[in-house]
Amino acid sequence: MAAVISSLRKQISTCEATLEDLRHQLAEAERIQRQQQKSVPQKRPLATDPASPLDHDMNFGVPDDFRSEIFAVLKQEAKAVEGTESEEPSRWPLEKNEYKRYGRQLIMPEVGLQGQLRLKKARILVVGVGGLGCPAAAYLVGAGVGTLGLVDDDVVEESNLHRQILHSTARVGMTKVQSAMVALNSLNPNVKLLPHISRLTPDTAISTFKDYDLVLDCTDTPTSRYLISDTCVLLRKTLVSASALRIDGQLMVLNNPPSPPGDTTGGPCYRCVFPKPPPPESVVSCGDGGILGPVVGVMGILQALEAIKVLTQTPAASSVDPPSLILFSAYSNPMFRSVRLRNRKAKCAACSAHATVTPEALESGSLDYVQFCGSVVSNNDALLPDERISAQNYAHIRSGVNPFTGTVSSKDSHILVDVREKVQFELCNIDGSVNVPFSTVSNMQGDENDWVTQLRKSEKPIFVVCRLGNDSQVVVKKMKQLGLDAGGKRYIGDIRGGLRAWRQSVDVEFPEY
Amino acid sequence: MSNDDTIPITIEFSGGLEILFSNQKKYNLPLPFKDESGEPANVAFLVRHLCDNVMEDPRKELFVLDGTVRPGILVLINEADWELEGEDKYEVQKGDHIMFVSTLHGG
Repeated sequence: MAAVISSLRKQISTCEATLEDLRHQLAEAERIQRQQQKSVPQKRPLATDPASPLDHDMNFGVPDDFRSEIFAVLKQEAKAVEGTESEEPSRWPLEKNEYKRYGRQLIMPEVGLQGQLRLKKARILVVGVGGLGCPAAAYLVGAGVGTLGLVDDDVVEESNLHRQILHSTARVGMTKVQSAMVALNSLNPNVKLLPHISRLTPDTAISTFKDYDLVLDCTDTPTSRYLISDTCVLLRKTLVSASALRIDGQLMVLNNPPSPPGDTTGGPCYRCVFPKPPPPESVVSCGDGGILGPVVGVMGILQALEAIKVLTQTPAASSVDPPSLILFSAYSNPMFRSVRLRNRKAKCAACSAHATVTPEALESGSLDYVQFCGSVVSNNDALLPDERISAQNYAHIRSGVNPFTGTVSSKDSHILVDVREKVQFELCNIDGSVNVPFSTVSNMQGDENDWVTQLRKSEKPIFVVCRLGNDSQVVVKKMKQLGLDAGGKRYIGDIRGGLRAWRQSVDVEFPEY
Repeated sequence: MSNDDTIPITIEFSGGLEILFSNQKKYNLPLPFKDESGEPANVAFLVRHLCDNVMEDPRKELFVLDGTVRPGILVLINEADWELEGEDKYEVQKGDHIMFVSTLHGG
């Protein structure tokens, strides 16, 4: 029995020694793991164990903003631990992780250590966080600029997502600035991001711009383009301006070098190139004209590139490129073209010796940009109330009693003319409608055209519909001018509010685009 | 018109202006050598010529305003802003490439 007892004691002590050894191994392994997590904290979210539901949820099921908030908190803790360990000043001008992160551009002579340090010191302002601003900001943050400010008062909409690459489906409804900050922070937490969630106005422009080194105009209206350019001239900041519509893009580096107003060695400003704003009716937005995502993406990326070129150039840079305009056209060959621009205009209202644009004028509000650029004059072709019908009443006409005549009718009782362009008509249309594109009506030579002839063959009332209820009024007027109303005997009118109203009050299934 | 009476030039539209010109971006055009009053053809005459003889769209005001190209259209003579070449007084030369670019505002 004593032998058994002694043997058991021996076994237990051996096991205890093994256990102790395992505990040491575990502690050592945990220590190494902690160290690794400290040096590369961003690796953590990627360490997905497919079997662990928590990891999966963290990576795929948690909204981006919430997720980055959690990691931000974890990072803080890691920093607090780190802080107790190393206090000595750094031997190297960049942080250790920066050598790795920016390594691929650091080894290029165009950037190098000095270029990277200039980027790190730079403060850039991106005005407009849409199709241009998103890719521009992404590349600038990726490249390691020190501070990036974002100006926009808009919120993310679903129709933005095909091109505004910083936003996400989960963040529809969030402000564009906040949404972009979530994405940019997860891209590169080293960059300081400054939100300006408001619309740029003449009285805020100078205070918003003054602490930045370079400005990117990523906006979409002439008023903001003139305001941004004027402010850049007054504060002597170089401006990288781009725009895009449908399949075309344009890019200019303005006020480069940013000499004071009156100094003819400075680069031209937006007003030098475009002294007068375009007539408002010639200005088409992406919402009305359409935009191909990669087209505006290319232009935004080129803005980031030009900004990096300006920021990394050596201070004693001998030659600034002569002013030029880059034209991009996605369906032309070649796609890119560069044309020479003028220098500063001797009589420019902003950057010449005779400038009328002054800080005082800007801040006092005496420069009215909205008035300068004008706005589309309210529709002079507006129809009278009895020439228009609500979407609901029109629905009754299609299936029920005509509210005007009291007769039971159907969709064959009249002609419904849809005046959207063909490509939009093909997307979706009201059953039985015929397409006469607005461009066909407005381009018409003379008085007789196929569509006019077709409509003359019938005496049925005509209803005209478009997307929002503006073009339809113009077309109704035109039809009456052409005498299609048989001197008033035949009813011609439009559907108030167009297809938007039709969707809101009649057919909720009708697609919105 | 015989070749002696015209100057062969290339006209190009960009930024959506082609919509006003039958959706055709590029035109190889014989421009009359002299304008209405017998002066050598300059860009001002070219613009009138385009408006009267090439443009089919009736919305002339989207191309010309107050007798010159409307604000918001950049005229490029051989890839350079026309301001560098004397604006509408520039006398058109054989083989010139003249481009009309409408500014875009979307972003």
